[in-house]
Amino acid sequence: MKRLRKTGLVFFPAFDWAISPTHPEREERLLYTQDQVFEEGLLDFENIVEYKPGLASVEDINRIHVCVPDARSVITESHLISAGGAITAAEKVLEGVVDNAFALVRPPGHHAMRVVHGARGFCNINIEAVMIEHVRRRHGHRRVAVIDTDCHHGDGTQDIYWHDPDTLCISIHQDGRTLYPGSGFPDEFGGPNALGTTINIPLPPETSDEGFLYVLEEVILPIMQEFKPDLVINSAGQDNHYTDPITNMRFSAQGYARLNERLNPDIAVLEGGYSIEGALPYVNVGIILAMAGLDYSHVREPDFNPSAIRQSDEITRYIREMSKDVLELWKKRHTFKAEIVKGARYARRNRSIYYDTDGIREQQEETVRICNDCGGFIAIHSMASTGNRLYAVIIPSRSCETCRLEGERHFNGIDKAKQGVHYLVLQDRDRDVYVVK
Amino acid sequence: MILGIDVGGTHTDAVLLENFQVRKKAKVPTDQLHLVSSLVGVMDEILRGEDLSTLERVVFSTTLSTNAIVQGKTDRVGMIVASGPGLAPEALRVNDDTRFVSGYVSNRGIEAAPLKKGEIAGAAAELKAAGISHLGVAGKFSTRNPSHENAIADLVRGDFRHISLGHRMSGNLNFRRRIATTYLNASVFDLYSRFVEEILAFAARTGITAPIYILKADGGTFEIRRSAEQPVQTILSGPAASVMGILSLAECSGADAVAVDMGGTTTDIALLADGVPLLEPLGVTIEGHKTLIRGLKTRSIGLGGDSRVRVDDGRLIIGPRREGPAAAFGGPFPTPTDAMIVLGLTPIGDRDKAQEAVAEIAGKMRLSVEAAARAVFEKTCRDIAAAVGAMVEEVNNKPVYTIHELLEGKKLRPSRLFIVGGPAGAVASRLGEMLGCGAVIPPNAEVANACGAALARTTAEITILAETERGSLTIAEEGLEMKIPAHFTRRDVLRIGMEKLRERARRLGAREAEIETEIIEDQEFNMVRGYYATGKNIRLKAQVKPGLIARLGEGGVRS
Repeated sequence: MKRLRKTGLVFFPAFDWAISPTHPEREERLLYTQDQVFEEGLLDFENIVEYKPGLASVEDINRIHVCVPDARSVITESHLISAGGAITAAEKVLEGVVDNAFALVRPPGHHAMRVVHGARGFCNINIEAVMIEHVRRRHGHRRVAVIDTDCHHGDGTQDIYWHDPDTLCISIHQDGRTLYPGSGFPDEFGGPNALGTTINIPLPPETSDEGFLYVLEEVILPIMQEFKPDLVINSAGQDNHYTDPITNMRFSAQGYARLNERLNPDIAVLEGGYSIEGALPYVNVGIILAMAGLDYSHVREPDFNPSAIRQSDEITRYIREMSKDVLELWKKRHTFKAEIVKGARYARRNRSIYYDTDGIREQQEETVRICNDCGGFIAIHSMASTGNRLYAVIIPSRSCETCRLEGERHFNGIDKAKQGVHYLVLQDRDRDVYVVK
Repeated sequence: MILGIDVGGTHTDAVLLENFQVRKKAKVPTDQLHLVSSLVGVMDEILRGEDLSTLERVVFSTTLSTNAIVQGKTDRVGMIVASGPGLAPEALRVNDDTRFVSGYVSNRGIEAAPLKKGEIAGAAAELKAAGISHLGVAGKFSTRNPSHENAIADLVRGDFRHISLGHRMSGNLNFRRRIATTYLNASVFDLYSRFVEEILAFAARTGITAPIYILKADGGTFEIRRSAEQPVQTILSGPAASVMGILSLAECSGADAVAVDMGGTTTDIALLADGVPLLEPLGVTIEGHKTLIRGLKTRSIGLGGDSRVRVDDGRLIIGPRREGPAAAFGGPFPTPTDAMIVLGLTPIGDRDKAQEAVAEIAGKMRLSVEAAARAVFEKTCRDIAAAVGAMVEEVNNKPVYTIHELLEGKKLRPSRLFIVGGPAGAVASRLGEMLGCGAVIPPNAEVANACGAALARTTAEITILAETERGSLTIAEEGLEMKIPAHFTRRDVLRIGMEKLRERARRLGAREAEIETEIIEDQEFNMVRGYYATGKNIRLKAQVKPGLIARLGEGGVRS
């Protein structure tokens, strides 16, 4: 007999919101999931409790994002509800009302980066990050592990926590050489102040349950055991499923359920997954049952045929090798800093970021202070094809005195006209202050 | 004339209405072992000397099915369940005589795995061999496609006296509830059928030709012969009678309200949104069985006028048990009624005995008798108010699934309290104060339930699912599946749905003029394959509103 857990469920299918009528992120995405959850009668179980999503606030968004021109302009009500739903799920867990919680909400968020000029990969704001920072503000600092099991690289979450040594971001996804957004390789390993707290595990197309669960047992769980998070979050994308129309993986509902049982997240948040009839109803029922400690062994897709979706021996070998490499890198994470920094006081990266959903191109230069005492203050210069230009200074949460002073001095010394920017922002994450000049 | 009868736990009340005015009342003690004789007795009494040809309708609320289930006096039932993947079969088992068979339909109602005839025949043979003559059949997603349930029934029909089919119980999704509802229906089928036969025989004997109706848990009625097919719909119709009674006796529209029926043992609470009673979203719960039976949302708390009052470790505890009548009526323990008598809030009973009983707890609380009585009275009102508050909060926190509903969500804010029952007069004003509601005790409150039954409307509900891509339209409750053309629109579906709803309502006994329909769910989705819309998925739920044909003292619709 498994141990029953009290599981909170925030179910918000947003039946009146779509990116466009035939877009994968459309009204009925969770329709058959709702049917399946209702038909299984999951809400009648004493240990499964449904909650209405709260509304996230603009302050919640500004705590972690820098939106251009401002938060209101890049979101709709639906984003405040899906982020609010994630917050509600987390609050119920932290208040001790439930043991764990699943925010089955849409629209998703894991492609949304720190700076937001528009929508990327169907995402406008990063609902997990908004949730995590809300929780840290309200309940005190927490070491957090985000395990992103969406088929697409969780590049937004990675970007947001790139310099944060207290947030472990592990993304398993289909190899970026074969799928949007094209990133997420093992050498993307975190910024100089947070080496190793970003982990990428790209899997080859046609990886099945065996491969996913191998990576979980051999890489993810050992790393988590060492990192010792206070809070574990599963960015539960469901597009690894063998029926998903826009990816090439072979994960099944049983595999998803098993993964959640073993990972045992405090909070799961729905991300992508567009096989709305063939996968989502079964995967979500599997995840809910697994989180609640109920028997999920009979959850099965109508067309499930394990032998037809078994991964090749070659894939098995490849994953073993790669897992070994990733683990090796993790173990040596503390040894790279000197080599990477080479005595510099600042590290800089220049990137071109494409917002595929809104067709916006952004050029971004990000500078971080090399710091051994905190995540380091960050300065971002961003220009988008919309014409919007931004300069932002970010003081990290739990910043050291030096990063605070230097960050503030830097912000005060910026001349908007001279920099040629329209928006000058100070995001003081330590004091929870957001200033726009 | 309309005859309304309420079979309560202690008394059976009858009321004869003429032109929507009370013409006569009658009351006999309820004989729980022979409900029919109570009914026949009260009918005999109230109809004596009346011209039966002017009787337009007779409506009963009966506790027959409820009592049988609560007391475990039901028939043994075999269940054949086509469980499909999902929850483990053990989580679906309703009794030891549940047999699981293969075959299921998917969430869209498409056959995903076929039935196996051998398995079904084997299960039926086993159940029959065990001496079982009542069968329930339930399949996963059978409301989306009832063909499996029908096929199972066809295969084994010869082996059982009666077979209850899951998809006929309700159009709502919820497999476990469907199984429970089907099981309960089968378990009271025989008992209830006999009751119907006896009533019809009595009617024939006495020359009652008016249609006879039975009250359902949702506060609506259905014709007695129809009710024999679905006796499970009659469970928990007692609280429904009381709510419909309040609606019939007082003007309830214009504001949200709380309806309270305070009895000796329990207090039943219901909520009215602008005069319309709220329903349980999925179905009522009885004896631990969560069902799909549409019923009024009522909460019963173990606190009534005769609840035992005691002091435990300095704390005052009222209920949940009733150990006899109030001390003022010779009972063994102090009760809220005794406190009300001490406070002079009601003139009933033996005041000295009440004083004496309250004095006992006053000693333990180190209070004067008067102060102890005040404390008991206050706590009685406070406990009821707290239950009302929790219920309102639960309703206001009910999850919704669209942005529009979430942002525009109407909150229930009761501003009036309607209260009936023995202690109503004593608690009305204080309870109203605590709830911030004006309190109303309707006239004729002692026959509220019988009036509610007499004036309740026939209700019906249908669930329609149309998929233009597959060219199919189903109405689960009707077991209807029809072909539709690809160009069908929401409006076409609505037209068919409304026709079918009216047909169903008429078949259940509604008169044309009383049929007031409304759409309670209305969703339309694109079906997309790749990036192209290939059809529409249209979901409608429509009902004949629970309500009254007219209020007492009003003309309303004549029938």
